[in-house]
This record gives sequence, structure tokens and C-alpha cells, in this order.
Amino acid sequence: MLEIKNVSKTFNPGTINEKKALNGVNLTLNDGDFVTVIGGNGAGKSTIMNMITGVYPVDSGSIVIDGIDVTAMSEHKRAKYFGRVFQDPMNGTAANMEIIENLAIAAKRGKRRTLRYGVSKKEKEAYKELLKTLDLGLENRLTSKVGLLSGGQRQALTLLMATLQKPKLLLLDEHTAALDPKTSSKVLSLSKKIIEENNLTTMMVTHNMNDAIEYGNRLIMMHEGRVILDISGEEKKNLTVEILLHKFEEVSGTEFANDKVLLSK
Amino acid sequence: MSAFLNALPGAVAQGIIWGIMAIGVYITFRILDIADLTVDGTMSIGGATFVVLSTSGVNVYLSLLVAFLVGCLAGFATGIFHTVFGIPAILSGILTQLALYSIYLRITDARSNVAINYRNYNLLLTLHDIPKAILVASIFAVLLIAVLYWFFGTEIGSSIRATGCNLAMSRANGINTSFNKVFGLVLSNGIVAISGALLAQYSGAADINMGKGAIVIGLAAVIIGEVIFGKVFRNFALTLVALVLGGIIYYVVITLVLQLGLNANDLKMFTAIVVAIFLGVPYWRAKAAVKMRRNKKAEAVTVGGSDNA
Repeated sequence: MLEIKNVSKTFNPGTINEKKALNGVNLTLNDGDFVTVIGGNGAGKSTIMNMITGVYPVDSGSIVIDGIDVTAMSEHKRAKYFGRVFQDPMNGTAANMEIIENLAIAAKRGKRRTLRYGVSKKEKEAYKELLKTLDLGLENRLTSKVGLLSGGQRQALTLLMATLQKPKLLLLDEHTAALDPKTSSKVLSLSKKIIEENNLTTMMVTHNMNDAIEYGNRLIMMHEGRVILDISGEEKKNLTVEILLHKFEEVSGTEFANDKVLLSK
Repeated sequence: MSAFLNALPGAVAQGIIWGIMAIGVYITFRILDIADLTVDGTMSIGGATFVVLSTSGVNVYLSLLVAFLVGCLAGFATGIFHTVFGIPAILSGILTQLALYSIYLRITDARSNVAINYRNYNLLLTLHDIPKAILVASIFAVLLIAVLYWFFGTEIGSSIRATGCNLAMSRANGINTSFNKVFGLVLSNGIVAISGALLAQYSGAADINMGKGAIVIGLAAVIIGEVIFGKVFRNFALTLVALVLGGIIYYVVITLVLQLGLNANDLKMFTAIVVAIFLGVPYWRAKAAVKMRRNKKAEAVTVGGSDNA
């Protein structure tokens, strides 16, 4: 369903800040895959997300989703295929706008926006029901500005927004990294619930090895702009942090270098 | 004092006209988060377009419509400079503003000042009938606020508000942020041109310098409106009403300080300083808040940190 073929990206080419972020990445996602992505600092995890969604153009290679080549499509045009939750809770929602207005905007992802009123009465009721499923009491704060919500509430709301229009692919880019452990696990289990209920194909970048192992049916590890490990099925189920670290050292020939990951082991 | 009271109605009329201009500035400055300097030029060409058309026999409403469209074009130019040429918004506005100087002279056939006599033309408003001027300007303001209130509640209007608030979120939700920025600039400058056309009728002439510093006066109205009414007027329509009230207050204050003996030549400097201070206040407040928090933390550390010594 998602085919990433030989995608490369170099930032600031020809300068002293030159950084090879992606080095010929090949990856194919199957329908219904829930892939966790893990890797060291600067491995290219976030860059691959940004390539898929079109935040930056690729240098070479192609990205095809469900047979549609989106490589040259602008970010807002291909947005109709993707639901996204960002690392920074501030990024996924419009702070100056009401909760319900944010949802209404997300509901129009990939559709034509018209001069109809932003939120109809029917939609309002539907959003209320949806917000109830978050169990955060947001259904009683429909007209509150999103800026008043906590980071965890904003991520939960963003998750809802990303899946309001069923995306072909849900992209979670370290979406719990900025949250405290308790909120983080709450948002994670909510993510899992939404993914399972809607049977969403998902890519989740995480800095937490345990989460990467616990969630999803497939785990890929990136290193120096390449996919170096791709584990799924039974092997994924039997994975432990020790096995994973060992495999990493075997494949890359270096020690795993990501403070965040090692600390959260 | 009686001189001040006599000048008061005129100040109110001008304040409303500049309040309409402030609504245009609000769309770019607050909703889109762009400081658009095009408006200085748009104000002038809005007035010039209206005067030139009216004096050559075109119906006033049609002249007003064309002035609006010319303003829209100016905003479009700035939008294209910004989104297609990748020029920073402020510089894009300055470029268009510079070009508008030449366009003004083209429109007026190289006259820097074009007059229109209220006796010979059927103008919508004039300073020779101030009660009517206040009424007409108010009607324009109310209609404009009603239309904008409706528009920014629609799906398209909401997407423009989202664009100004969060670009990453907007694009992730399929919003064409470049298009929306251009659209906002077009709308804003169209409104400013209408304000210029109303001001030209009020004062009986359009002048190449009538828009000089317009952005600052517009900002003054926006800030005064927000500071005084922001706590009470939370609804979007009321926020726009607050801008018009801000424009009126600005002109009343200006009239007062002039009566108190401020040299009219110093007026622009006075305005600039007042706006600078008002823009600075929220920044200083935030800074003071951070400092206070830091001091509290430092105290907590010294109290609880004796173990480490």
C-alpha cells in the first residue's frame, strides 16, 4: 500500500552543514501494517515521515501510496491520504481556534472547502460523541480554545483529528515524546484503540524501545539514513530490548547511540 | 474645551473610516499573522481610483467597487511576491507599496492631489455634513462586519484562520496555505481601498500621501480596540466592532492632543511612539512573568539545595 523506493535526501548539500539524512531508503508497507520505527539520533526517522507527507521534496526515489505516485505532489494535496500526529503538541492543532472548529477543519481534509458554515448542528453532535470516547471531558468544552488544553489533551485531540477522515496511512512522529510518562501511556493506548477499531495502516516513530516492541506487528530500525532491521511476525512477538540492541550492534557495527532511547530502556 | 467638543463629531467620523481600514489590517496582522505594508499605498490608490472615476462621471457605487477591486489587485501582487517569489511578507508589502506610488500617478495622470467637490458630485459622505458622514461610515462598518463575521465562520474562512494560526497543522489537514495567504491579502487590501475611497470623499480629495503611515494608524486602532475592549468583547463580530471603536478613540485622542497644543507636524511621531509602546507592553509583561517564575524557582533551589553543599 505504501511503497518507498530508493528515497534519498541530503540537507544543505555542498556546505559544511551537509547532512545525508536518507540514503536510498526502501520500504514497503502492507495494508493493515502497524509499523513501529526506531533508531539512533539522526537516523532519518523524522525525515522519512517528512518525505512521505511532502514537508520537504525528495532528492531522488519515489513514494507511491495505493498506486498513486505522490512524490511530486504538494504537501496539502497529498494530505488527503495521511493522518498525522506530530511530536510537538503545539503543531497538530490551531491554538486560537475552538476544539470543535479544529475538528471541523480536520473533517474537511482532502475535501473541497465551501462557503457553508464551518460546523453544522449534526456535525456538532457527532463530534461530541467522538470526544466522549477520549474520556477527557472535552465533550463539555466544545467551544474552548485548544490553546487552553494540556499537551496530552492536545495530542489526543490531534489523534482524533488525524483519523476523523479515515487516512490511508496514519503517521505518528514521536507523538508521546513531549508528554509525561502517565499521559504518554494514556495517549499510546488511545492510539492503539483507534488504530485497531479503524484497522488503520500505521507508522509510529518512537524513542522508547519497549513501546516499539510492545506495539504493532512490525518493527523497523533505521541507522544513518537506511532501514537496517525489519522484524515482523513471530520474531517481532518474541523480541526483547536486549535482543534488539544486540541485533543493532551486529548489523551496524556500532553501539546504539540515542540517549533518549537508552534512558527509557 | 469647546473647540475640542466642536471637533469631536469630525473625529468620530474619521475614526470610523479609519476603523474600517483597521479591519483590513486586522485580517492580515492578527488573523494571518502577516504585517502587510501594502496598505499605505492601497489607501492612496483606493482614494485616487474613486476620485478619478467619479469626477469623470462614473456612478459613485461603481467607482467604489472599482476602488475595491484595485485594492484587491494590490493585495494580490503582495501575495504573489510573498508566496511565489518567496520574499518575506514585510518586504513584499514594501515592494508593492513602492510600485503603487507610480500606479497612483498613472491613475491620476501625474497629479499628486486630485480634488472632488461635494457640491458637484453626489458623494456618499463629506465633512460638510458630519452627521450624515457618521451615519454612512457606520453603515459601511456594520455591513462589513456582518459579511466578515459570516465569512470567517464558513469552511473557507475557518481554513484562513487556521492558516494564520498554525501552518503545519493547516497543511497536514489539506489546506493550501499559500492560496489562503494570497486570499487574505487580497481581501484586506480591498477593504483598505474602500476605506481610502471613503476618506477621499470625506476630505474632498485623494492625495498621494494620504496613506503614509496608514499601517501604523490601523495598528493603533487594532491595539486600542484590543486593549480596551478585548476582555469584554470575545466574540469575533464584537472584536471587529472594537476595532472601529479603537479607530474612533484614536481620532478623539489625536484631536484632544492637538487642541492641547501638540504641533500637527509631530503627529506621526506621536502615533509611532504610542503604537511602539502598546506593542511593547505584552512583550514586557511576558518577560516580567518569566523573570518572576525564575526568581521563585531560584528561591526554591536555595531552600532545598542545602544537601548538595
